[in-house]
Order: sequence, then C-alpha cells, then structure tokens
Amino acid sequence: MSTVTIPTVDEEIWRYSRIGELDLESFRPGQVTTTIDGPADSIKKVVSRATSVVPRTSSDLFEDLNAKNAALTAICVAKGQTISQPIIITHSLNESGVVAYPRLVIDAQENSEITIVERFISGDDIASLVVPVVDVRAAQSARVTYVAINELGAATWQIGYQQAVGQRDSMMKLFSVALGGDYARVRAEVRLEGQGANSQQVALYFAGSTQMHDFRTLQDHAAPRTRSDLLFKGAVKDTAKSVYTGLIRIRENATKSEAFQTNRNLTLSNGAWAESVPNLEIETNDVKCSHASTVGPIDDEQRFYLESRGIKPEIAERLVVLGFFGEVLDRLPAVPFIADLRERVSVKLLGASK
Amino acid sequence: MTTLVIKNLAVSVGSSQILNDVSLTINSGEVHAVMGPNGAGKSTLSAALMGKPGYTVTGGSVTLDGVDVLALPTWQRATAGLHLIMQYPTEIPGVMLQDAMSAALDTRNQDSKQLNQLIETEAKRIGFDSELVTRSVNVDFSGGEKKRSETLQLSVLQPKIAILDELDSGLDIDALRDCAQRVEDATREINLGVLVITHYSRLFDQLKPDFVHILTNGRIVKSAGPELADELEVTGYAAYTNV
Repeated sequence: MSTVTIPTVDEEIWRYSRIGELDLESFRPGQVTTTIDGPADSIKKVVSRATSVVPRTSSDLFEDLNAKNAALTAICVAKGQTISQPIIITHSLNESGVVAYPRLVIDAQENSEITIVERFISGDDIASLVVPVVDVRAAQSARVTYVAINELGAATWQIGYQQAVGQRDSMMKLFSVALGGDYARVRAEVRLEGQGANSQQVALYFAGSTQMHDFRTLQDHAAPRTRSDLLFKGAVKDTAKSVYTGLIRIRENATKSEAFQTNRNLTLSNGAWAESVPNLEIETNDVKCSHASTVGPIDDEQRFYLESRGIKPEIAERLVVLGFFGEVLDRLPAVPFIADLRERVSVKLLGASK
Repeated sequence: MTTLVIKNLAVSVGSSQILNDVSLTINSGEVHAVMGPNGAGKSTLSAALMGKPGYTVTGGSVTLDGVDVLALPTWQRATAGLHLIMQYPTEIPGVMLQDAMSAALDTRNQDSKQLNQLIETEAKRIGFDSELVTRSVNVDFSGGEKKRSETLQLSVLQPKIAILDELDSGLDIDALRDCAQRVEDATREINLGVLVITHYSRLFDQLKPDFVHILTNGRIVKSAGPELADELEVTGYAAYTNV
C-alpha cells in the first residue's frame, strides 16, 4: 500500500475524533462476509449484478479507498416496484488486523419502495477496521427506508459514510442504531435535490466502557419545499464518549423548506463525555428551521420521583434511560433486529458491551 | 400500628437553615395537618422526610417504628412505608405510569399481575382516566390529573404513612374533593397515618385533621385540635409569624 496521509483532528470535520490513533498501514486488506436475507423473489428482483461502483463525490481519503477497494452490494428497485418485506444485509468481520470496504448502493427508481437493513457485526476480539459506504438514491416519488445497525465488537473500528440523495417528492427514512465498536464514526449526509423531497434521520446510540460514537450529519436542502427532520439520541456511560455534529444547510433556491434537528444526550456517569454541536447555514428567507441540543445527566427530580415510589436506583435509572430512548424506539420501523432493541439497551445498561 | 416520630428535626438547604426544630408524632389512622405561611419550611419538611437530594439534615431524628429513617436511601424509606404526594409531580418522558407502578411493586415483592385490575378499580374511585397509565408519567397531565395520579399511586402502594405536600395546589375543586376523600377513606380502610402539609384548610372538608400544627420560621409554634384550622381561616398566620 502506498503511503497515504491520514487526516488529523485539526481539520474541522475530524474535530473530537480519534483519528489520531489510527495506524492505517498496520491493517492488511481484508473482506467482510456478506449475507443477504429476505424473500427469495424480492432478492432476485432487486439485487443487481452490477460490479462496478458508480462514481460519486468523495469527501476524503477513506471514501477514496472505499471506491478503489469496494466489495459492492447493489440494490436496484425498478420503476413502480414495491418490495414490501425488508431485505437484510449482514456484514460480518471475522478476522483481526484487516481493513474492509463494503459498499452498498440503493438505487430506488421512480415511484418504487424498499426497506433495507444493513447490519455490521464482529466478535469482541476482532481488532479490525471497517470503512462502509452507503449510497442511497431515491428517484421521483421513491420511498426508501434504510436502517444501519452497528453491533461491532469492542475492538473494531468503523469509519462510515452514508450519502442519500432525494429527487422530487421522494421520501427517505434513514435510521442508525449504534451499540458496538471501539471507535465508530458515521458521516450521514442527506441532500434533497428535487422539489418536495422529504427525509427523516433517526438515530439511537449508546456507548459504554471505553467506546466512542461519532456522528456527523448534514441536511442539505437544494430545492424548494423540501423537508428534513432529524432526531439523534445518545447515551454514554463508564468512560465512553460521543460526539454529534450536525449541519442544516438551506441553499438559496430552497425556499419554503422546513428543517428540524434535535440531538439529545444522556451522560450516565461522571467519567463519560458527550459533545453536541448543531449548526445552521441558511441562504434564503421564507424557511422554517429549528434545532435543539442537550447534554446532561439523568434529571435528579426524575430519579427522586421514581425512588420515592420505592423503586431502586438502578431500576429507576433503567426506566429513565429507556424512557429517554422511547421517542426514538417508537419511530424505528418494525424490522428484524430492531424488535428487541429496547431489551438490548436494557442489557447494555447492566454492563453488556453491545 | 405504626408510629412516625419526628424529633427536633433541623434541615438546611444550601447555606440556609430552613427547619430549626420540628417535632411531631404521627400514629396509624391519625391525620396531622402542618399549616403555615409561604416560606415557613413546609415543603422542606416533606422533602427532608423522603430524603430528597439537596436537603441536609443538620439535627434531630426521624424514626418509623423505631427504624432510623434518615439512615435509609429514598427508595427504602418508601418500602418501609412512607409515601410522598408531591406538590409538583415530576414529568418523566417515555416512562409509562404503569411500568413505574409495576417496578414499585416489584421492589416490595408484590405480584404485579393484579396491577391492571387494581388500577382500574382505584382509578374509578377517584375519577382518574385509567388510559393515562399507559402514558408518560405526568407528561401533559392537567393539574387535576397529576394529583389524581399521585393519589392513585398511594392507594395502589398502600403505605403506612402518607405525606401530602400541598395536595390542594394546582387542581380544581372536584379533583381536590376526590383526592382528599380517597386519603380520608384510607385512614379507615388501611389505617393510614397522614401528614398533611398545607397553606389553606380547604381540603379539610373531606380529609379531617385530628391535630393541627402551625409551622412558622422553621418551628412548630402551636399544636392543637382541628379547631385551630378554623381559627386560622379567620385570623390568618399573622399572629404566629413573630412568635
């Protein structure tokens, strides 16, 4: 591998990250094992034979590397086609010391509909790096639901990219659930290119032990009457860390657009740390925008209220944390691996790693 | 028969000494009203009894049937038999009231299988919409619904001693009547002992005090029978605030 220049935390986009700890050249090329589940006829219809990566704007070194080394899964939903059952893509990393570059393209053509779940899993002792890219394209009036689930082991790194582009009157619902990984970063960008395009981004992340979750989001409005809604909720315990940085950009032509961004974080111990950085960049009038961001421990009054009913402190804490995530859990689609999420958050509160 | 004994209790909040010397003995079935003007230390008394963070006991003792209440964490004070009805019940987004109640019964090793039935019965008695138990605790509840919910929890958890902190604030007359009557009934049905902390006497129409104590400047300055409440209604607290 030729010598490459790794970005540093001096660059705004990598601020707060753990990029400084990465020794990319210590990893040899490797692969994830990818399986695709779902109704056989649906898989046959939509999983395309395409092998070459369609070029897209690359934002940095890791996206470049992914483009060069991608193990591609391409999903193409034909015009007017509705795939009602979700398709589940599972990437499993089974080897230490490797870097893998899975790439998923979801190409939803005009007025089509599909739900894709993409899971990333690895064992707790797998010290590897996964650099996944997902490229969602929703054509006019297409409806795409995409759910990313990070259940990576405690030694695995992830530097991920999601780019979703919506055309006229399309609807993209993009969900992220992050429980695993050592350092797990996702740059999740939505670009609303067609008039009336609509996006929802919803995430639940929960880091424990020495884990760190790092989210960078962009809601980019490039057409009139577009609407984006983002709700990211996270918790950190032990000495875990999380960073959320989000930008709403409303371009000059995106009049009568609406954009909402909410990020809330619970710090469950004194050693845990969370940062939330919301930003707005609005180039036109006649838009509706709001953002809200909070970081803090469990409210003392809430804790006291429950304890005053005779509920033990650890149970009270579990109720409050599950309540905090309830708003996100309620919005997640009913797909496999999501149904028991509430229980898994509950187990993680008691000490599990993912 | 249960007895809560508060002896020479002194409590500070931050650097302010709020309660200086409060002594009260409450037995099962008795209703004690602690009345006082704003700033007398009424809410501090209820918070300190339940162990709310930020309230420091600087002197005195509290025992429930001989057990040192002040040495217990809040949840054990509750399981020992104390129950606080809060003046401003806290909203807890995402936590369903029935889940909180179920967890509260779990700690007491009580079967929560009958919980729904019990809630249904109790809700009807106090005019509480039982659908609300599947909503987040106190979130978007009206003032009346909050106090009915507090009263419902009391009747389900069946404590030995109830502390009512300004039950009559923020709710309409109908809700007040329902809640006060339910607590009064509990004094007979489960021999509940009650400490009513209040500024006004309007809830005494249903919940009849056996003893009335006047709290001003962090001290109990007078204790007497229910006739004292009638007197206060006419003369107010002025005569007692400079004692």
